[in-house]
Amino acid sequence: MKYTEDHEWLEADGDIVTVGITEYAATQLGDVVFVELPEVETQVAKGDEIVVIESVKAASDIVAPIDGEIVEINEALVDNPALVNEDPTGEAWFFKIKIEDAAALDEFMTEDEYKDHIGE
Amino acid sequence: MPGRARPMTRRGHMAETAAETLTELPLQGLHGSLGAKFVPFAGYSMPVQYADGVMAEHLWTRGHAGLFDVSHMGQVLLPKGALGGLEALIPADLLGLPEGRQRYGMFTNDAGGVLDDLMVAHRAGDVFLVVNAARKAHDLAHLHAHLPGVEEVTDRALLALQGPEAEAALAGLLPGVAAMRFMDVAVMAWQGAELWLSRSGYTGEDGFEISVPVATAEGFARALLADDRVRPIGLGARDSLRLEAGLPLYGQEMDEAISPVEAGQGWAIGKARRAGGARAGGFPGADVILDHLANGAPRRRVGLRPEGRAPMRMGVPLFDGAEGGDPIGRITSGGFGPSVGAPIAIGLIDAAVAPGATLYGEVRGKRLPAAQVPLPFVPPGYKR
Repeated sequence: MKYTEDHEWLEADGDIVTVGITEYAATQLGDVVFVELPEVETQVAKGDEIVVIESVKAASDIVAPIDGEIVEINEALVDNPALVNEDPTGEAWFFKIKIEDAAALDEFMTEDEYKDHIGE
Repeated sequence: MPGRARPMTRRGHMAETAAETLTELPLQGLHGSLGAKFVPFAGYSMPVQYADGVMAEHLWTRGHAGLFDVSHMGQVLLPKGALGGLEALIPADLLGLPEGRQRYGMFTNDAGGVLDDLMVAHRAGDVFLVVNAARKAHDLAHLHAHLPGVEEVTDRALLALQGPEAEAALAGLLPGVAAMRFMDVAVMAWQGAELWLSRSGYTGEDGFEISVPVATAEGFARALLADDRVRPIGLGARDSLRLEAGLPLYGQEMDEAISPVEAGQGWAIGKARRAGGARAGGFPGADVILDHLANGAPRRRVGLRPEGRAPMRMGVPLFDGAEGGDPIGRITSGGFGPSVGAPIAIGLIDAAVAPGATLYGEVRGKRLPAAQVPLPFVPPGYKR
């Protein structure tokens, strides 16, 4: 698993990358009450705000960590946003993105680097 | 946080005030030991939530008893005879306020807007005010300019114990509280300290606000928290509780450009201060405010239930159609109501909009429908 500075995790399977948010991010957000996902087949560019996630406290965006095409979204989050707090690194993945170049993942942090990043 | 907080959320009690020096509450250490996360609010470092999180804290307060530290709020003493002078600043019937009782009021301005809202307690030897933290300095200057003997209380913490089990929990320490009813005030002794109590709060639940000498505050808070029915509750749940209770927040539902009538607070203008009353008018902006009461205000407050799951937060523009047209108002407070289990909001809209009409909030470029509903969103639990 790789990690971004925006507290997303990325799990690659060939050229398909599953993206979610970390336990740390879910805890910081607090109780999630709303998730809006991008549409399948959307072409996204790194940095695009493609997911809206709202907790009781505030609204935040999740940005595309990488260029590619959205190939699958986790509809279960729309009906049950609390999944994000219950299982952020498992059942509560947000979307799967098909990337052109698997080497693009190299720039992201390893688990140890991410732990340093959040000060654990 | 993932990504960036949207600009629309960078306000209210979640707003970041980076360069500001923050004042710590007297109970900062206790909050820290209870797992609090702190946010800047009105110049104070405030516990926004504890380990349980906003949702659980909110629901705990509705079912049991929540302990809030509201020491950031301003506590002010005025001399015994000040109620008449206060009536020149506040359109409430304060001369009609019996000793031992508290009343809600607003400082108004000449334009008929609101400078702050506050509680006024008529006590045996003086008059005690509780004002909003963000307006404390402003209110003190305003009071000093108009009244003699204004004294800010700086050596007391202010705690609120709220919820259906608040009376039982507090009566364990202070048996006399059971005899108080909604908006009564009293002075009681606890371990040699003088506590100032009112049966009130800002959650829609029964409960108490308790002014405690700073030196006694932590011991008193710990004594309450030792009761299994009592848990510490942060500013996050305080906001969702007051929103569900339909209670206005200064700076959101009302401000210097919104009249008390527009804010849905016309009830707080006593009969004696209205047209035909014994002391009609005589407060700043009386011409505007009494006109709003008599002939209707140009805008009105409205409760809203968005149809989907998307919260409509403060600042979201409101429309009366799914397409086209100019905004007819805006959301003044909005979010998720944990007890309602759905998004809820309060808006300020043109009075001409039909009461039953579906409104549309524009969220991220999309117009989403919301039904107008009566306030509050949850039935109040006050012990009248």
